[in-house]
Amino acid sequence: MVETVPTATNSPNVQLHQVGKPLIRTDAPNKAYGNTLYAGDLTMPGMLYAKVFRADRPSALIVKVDTARARALEGVRCVLTAWDLPDRLVVTDIPGQTGGKTKNTAQPILAKERVRFFNEPIALIAADSEEIAASARDLIEVEYAPFPGVFDRAEALTAGAPLVDGDANVVAAYKIRKGDTERGFEEADLVIENSFRTQVQEQAFLEPEAGLAWMDDKNVLNIKVSTQVVEHFRAIADALGIPHNRVHIEAMYVGGGFGGKEGLTIEMMLALLAYNTRKPVRLILTREESFVNHGNRHPFTLHYRSGVKKDGRITAMEVRLIADSGAYSKLSPYVLLYATVGAPGPYKVDNLKVDSVVAATNNLSTCAFRGFGTMQACVAYEGQMDEIAKSLGLTPLEVRQKNFIHTGDRNATGQKIESAVWSEQCAIQALEALGERAKGNDVVKIGRGLACYQQSYGRIRWFKDSSEAWVGIEVDGTVIVRCAVTDIGAGQSSSLAQIAAEVLGVPMEKVVTYFGDCTLNPLAGTSSASRALYMTGNATKMAATKVRDNLLEWAGRHFQVPPDDLQLVEFRVTAISDPARSMPIDELARRCAADGVHRHHLAMFKAPTSEGLDPETGQGEVFPDFTYGAHACEVAVDTETGEVTVLKSVGAHDVGQSLNPQSVAGQIEGSALMGQGFALCEEIIQRNGVLVTPSFSEYLIPTSEDVPETKAIILESRSGLGPFGSKGMGEPAFAPVAASIANAVADAIGVRIFELPITSEKVINALARKASGQVKMH
Amino acid sequence: METSKAIKLKVNGKQLELLAAPNSTLLEILRNNGHVEVKCGCEKGDCGACAVILDGEAVDSCLTLAWIADGSEVQTVKGIGTEATPHPLQTAFIEEGSVQCGYCIPGIIVAAKVLLDENPDPTDSDIRVALSGNLCRCTGYTRIFSAIHKAAQVMREGAQKNG
Ligand code: FES
Ligand code: FES
Repeated sequence: MVETVPTATNSPNVQLHQVGKPLIRTDAPNKAYGNTLYAGDLTMPGMLYAKVFRADRPSALIVKVDTARARALEGVRCVLTAWDLPDRLVVTDIPGQTGGKTKNTAQPILAKERVRFFNEPIALIAADSEEIAASARDLIEVEYAPFPGVFDRAEALTAGAPLVDGDANVVAAYKIRKGDTERGFEEADLVIENSFRTQVQEQAFLEPEAGLAWMDDKNVLNIKVSTQVVEHFRAIADALGIPHNRVHIEAMYVGGGFGGKEGLTIEMMLALLAYNTRKPVRLILTREESFVNHGNRHPFTLHYRSGVKKDGRITAMEVRLIADSGAYSKLSPYVLLYATVGAPGPYKVDNLKVDSVVAATNNLSTCAFRGFGTMQACVAYEGQMDEIAKSLGLTPLEVRQKNFIHTGDRNATGQKIESAVWSEQCAIQALEALGERAKGNDVVKIGRGLACYQQSYGRIRWFKDSSEAWVGIEVDGTVIVRCAVTDIGAGQSSSLAQIAAEVLGVPMEKVVTYFGDCTLNPLAGTSSASRALYMTGNATKMAATKVRDNLLEWAGRHFQVPPDDLQLVEFRVTAISDPARSMPIDELARRCAADGVHRHHLAMFKAPTSEGLDPETGQGEVFPDFTYGAHACEVAVDTETGEVTVLKSVGAHDVGQSLNPQSVAGQIEGSALMGQGFALCEEIIQRNGVLVTPSFSEYLIPTSEDVPETKAIILESRSGLGPFGSKGMGEPAFAPVAASIANAVADAIGVRIFELPITSEKVINALARKASGQVKMH
Repeated sequence: METSKAIKLKVNGKQLELLAAPNSTLLEILRNNGHVEVKCGCEKGDCGACAVILDGEAVDSCLTLAWIADGSEVQTVKGIGTEATPHPLQTAFIEEGSVQCGYCIPGIIVAAKVLLDENPDPTDSDIRVALSGNLCRCTGYTRIFSAIHKAAQVMREGAQKNG
């Protein structure tokens, strides 16, 4: 169910013909007919098959890697170890950026002296068949020597802990000092203090990492791959020591990413094998390999201390965050920054102190995952809000209403919020949509939970993010959009077609978006950080508008009317003052072409920038803007079995402007179930760094049988920085879900579970603690 | 490899003879012979991306040995309908916005087709059970359920008209 709530707007109302309508996504039909090719579906004549040999332990010294027997096997074309590669570390550029490199992200392509995490790659194999490659892998022998590892994030930060890399296990640390927390706590009538813990979550996209690479007749290394970021071509070229313009990456339609295909996936491995063999090489990971190949969600320990007045107003907040980066930092510094800035949530906290740190351990890597640090903070600050409400005898909504940040207020880092903040409307609508409360009984307890959030969209301002797009109109009136954005399933390429169609007045079927190609298309940056639509949509709109201006200038001369008297709708240009002056768009394009009018344009959209935060106070501008909204849910908890069932799940979000309401609702509904998984069942478990949940048999994600009654409510303030006033939506929809479920469970059983996921076992234990009076009741 | 043998399969109405090793799965031989519309998400029977209709029943082709399928009839999502002759399920999935990344969709349409063949008027819970072996990480299933209801209705109406 989708409901678009018509509302007042902060920006002048635009008459939209295609934007805002539930149009069929351009990619949907071929996906439903089974025609869409994903990276692992590709083959080439003479193709070799690749396999990866991985370490069987999380921390060790490598004494010797013996590949002689593997190399000798018939049909094996290439075996590469670190000793065969130029002695280069991969320093990952901030994915998708054109600017400088980040510090601390150096990671060997293949492990050399040391293994730092379980299943770290040690050797690459290419062979004539999958079976031969697998047999060769079995013939590789590694001699290890013990090396102590560290697997607990707090322990990793203590003096004398084994060092994962370099001279300290601190990957990054931040602080925020705002106002006077001491005074704030003095003014408080009540101080509430709690520690929360969140777990490692696996993206579990359905399509495991896959790709195909080959050298072509221009000596260009081509890689077709499942990725969120085609800009990794630079890291690959640098690692091979070849010029940037000789690596051509094409992203296929991606079978899900959620951040897990934002770092290098397998591009580098494919590149090395294809470059060394000069043959096409294909690599498809198994599910088990996929689990260890990409960074998962950072587990956090979140300690919150909040001072409140009797009326519910927060007077001070102190937050300590500890996250685990695994062995290599990847995007950990940024994930931590998001959590730090997002620590107080969508609330105005004038006296705020945050200290955060992310530690290196020998656990599996953590990296980008939808919600990116912010959603973990949400579990804690929203849990804290409900604990405050309970102590003061207020409703969850009331305590939030006392504290919501509003347009014009300054957030945790002192950044002024410029766009609409409709947290309150969203919360009210989400709660209302829950309808009548289900009836519980002695055994089954019903609870309701609410969670609000603040989630940025667009990248960190000092990344100086930009995006380019090219739009052109052909003489038959069809439109081409070229933009190297990747399409990871949220309808990225379809949205651009829709925007160009809107601006140029053609039906969407007349537009083709060429996407995901780093060489033939203008670079657009990543599909991450809820930025794709914001950035590439604006660039596409700018380019299409310029083409439109050119066409209308010609038409104005032709019809002898000013260009602003002309409209482009339904495949015609028509004078508003005299509808008889009109011609179809194909004719317009043809005549413009004959007269040498420019029918295409390349535009660049640049996000607002800043120079970073004050390191002592954490004050400054971090993000372009934020999305606000709420999630509410109703759960049933069986107090005998501990089982939690989500009955209703409602997301209400101010998306600024929905381009395609069906797609927006799809993001909200998908988030509801993925967030439910995080709240209740999903957990990557490692025992001393060894993965014990390596497949979907052990790592359980919600199935069709777990789906609650789900509802998406879309509010449109048209106040965002994206095209037509839109705001980013991919992550915001997800941000509050788990928090709302945790709150609902606490409401149902009268005791809070501070550690996710909320398994039956934890529910039973919490109920036992409550019964034995070990829980302080407010 | 010496022990490979030719097996007969009718795939989407076309009779094929394919070479299969004793341990080859139906998924492998289908994909190696161009039927890449059958997806692979786990190779363990956990995800349903590889589902095909084998003699009228939905099976995980990654768990089915090719030799066991010898002589059988296989239908993949492409055999269920095409752009020229779409199945009502495909039309409904497209119209309802049920498709996101799309990787799960070939398997889900297979499972839904078998359900509707057996049960033209499924309840919500019938649909949930029928899809319980098909993981979808993107959509939250809501629009998949509504598309299946819609297709069922279209098919029932069609049957009434024809009957
Ligand atoms: S690939 Fe067969 S069930 Fe996952
Ligand atoms: S649409 Fe992506 S897994 Fe279902």
